[in-house]
Amino acid sequence: MNAAELLATVPALAGAEPVTRVTIPARLDYTYSPGSAQTRFLKALTEQRLLGERCPSCTRVYIPARGVCPTCGIVTNEQIELPHIGTVTTFCIVNIAAKGLDVEVPYCYAYVLLDGAHVGLHARIGGIPHDQVHVGQRVEPVWREPAARSDQPSLAAISHFRPTGDPDADPESYRRWM
Amino acid sequence: MTSIQGAEAGAEAGQGSRRDVAVVAFAQTVHRRSTDRLSEVELVLPVLQDVLKQTGLTTDRIGFTCSGSSDYLAGRAFSFTMALDGVGAWPPISESHVEMDGAWALYEAWVKLRTGQADTALVYSYGKSSPGSVRDVLTRQLDPYTLAPLWPDAIALAALQTQAAIDAGLTDERALAATAVRSRRAAEANPHAQLRGSADVGELLEQPYEVRPLRRHDCPPVSDGAVAVILAVGDTARALHPRPAWIRGIDHRIEAHQPGVRDLTDSPSTRLAAARAGAFDAPVDTAELHAPFSVQELILRRALGLSDATEVNPSGGALAANPVMAAGLIRIGEAAARIHRGESRRALAHATSGPCLQQNLVAVLEGEQS
Repeated sequence: MNAAELLATVPALAGAEPVTRVTIPARLDYTYSPGSAQTRFLKALTEQRLLGERCPSCTRVYIPARGVCPTCGIVTNEQIELPHIGTVTTFCIVNIAAKGLDVEVPYCYAYVLLDGAHVGLHARIGGIPHDQVHVGQRVEPVWREPAARSDQPSLAAISHFRPTGDPDADPESYRRWM
Repeated sequence: MTSIQGAEAGAEAGQGSRRDVAVVAFAQTVHRRSTDRLSEVELVLPVLQDVLKQTGLTTDRIGFTCSGSSDYLAGRAFSFTMALDGVGAWPPISESHVEMDGAWALYEAWVKLRTGQADTALVYSYGKSSPGSVRDVLTRQLDPYTLAPLWPDAIALAALQTQAAIDAGLTDERALAATAVRSRRAAEANPHAQLRGSADVGELLEQPYEVRPLRRHDCPPVSDGAVAVILAVGDTARALHPRPAWIRGIDHRIEAHQPGVRDLTDSPSTRLAAARAGAFDAPVDTAELHAPFSVQELILRRALGLSDATEVNPSGGALAANPVMAAGLIRIGEAAARIHRGESRRALAHATSGPCLQQNLVAVLEGEQS
């Protein structure tokens, strides 16, 4: 039974226009707390440093660090500064513009495994035709000029990663962390 | 096919010897108005590690993990997945989450243990109210078309309930203030409570109304906090704690969603849940009631038929600390801790959810029969 048929069963409402839509604006504002570990990571970005954390049990190095090893469930309190070079472990070419993202399509979205890290950092790959991006490619971050960054610490401190031109990484160096 | 076989295996295990389930560990944070330096997982991790340490268990020996929290508090979709970092979900674990107070996560874990699908369970919940305005956030649980657009906040709805109880002759502002004083003075002995100690009744009644007839003391504090509990069955529980707090019965019941169709001065869902949990089979010496507003303790006492012989909210209750999504599970934890310490033989724990005591859970816990 559709809305009009339902209304017809009530004599007083016979012939009434069914309500098919209500618009009720609602807004809630929040203050996000990144927490101690992510605050350290974000602050390091503003100084063009890549700060990860090592798990004392499994010794994996995570970036961005969240203060906890997600596989062991214990505190990661040893900070590790990672080098500005890594390896593409997977990628895709995005052809659909994301709402609110000020990036021209198509663009290349990738995992970059920084040397010494055991989890891929999400990043865009630029400075190269998309059909030349490949797994194993060595890449380095391109930092935005401090003036071009927002006042707030953010991942946007890195514009994108670009190829270094070095030979590809040995697949054994990243096979376990793909 | 696989799921049918799994269900049969669980039923078979449940048919064997009776699987009694006990609380064997409990930990909670020191609840605060704001924990803006901590992420959610950083808030939760210390209590997870505390209960594991109490039992000597490691995460790989937990059979089932269940948590409770709310994305509306965090302001982010699937916020509980971030907290999962704290439980060491590798190799992949058996896990579930309820968008409710952790007391309902405990209920789910209890079912898993009763039906033989696990021997141990880790249950935790957390709520950070500080990122947003909790009294506005709670309006979003109301009917989205006819009620939520009016933004009746949690305090206004509790004021309606309180006025109804006063009009029915069940209480008055002085008696309600006495409840607040007793709760917050009890909390002086609870190092985890947020509001500890209170001015006397006369002084409180001189304060202005917040939402008439409620004054500030009738309302819970806004709290950030987390709680964790470990459950275990039978001899596993006995091996993990010298005095397990056995869950003799647990049940939860819900009333109509629209507050207007309910008698706000009574809690038939609490009464029914208590009956189903066996609460009326024998007197309880302790009751931990999840009553964020002063009038709700009175309504719950009446629904549960508690006499003065029962000590109510020795922890200070939700009037002393009210981390939303954790305060109900904390009641179960506090009741269990009394049994662990030998201070209670038979305790009742209650948790609530929704506006004006809409949904209620009752658990009955006992120490080992000597």
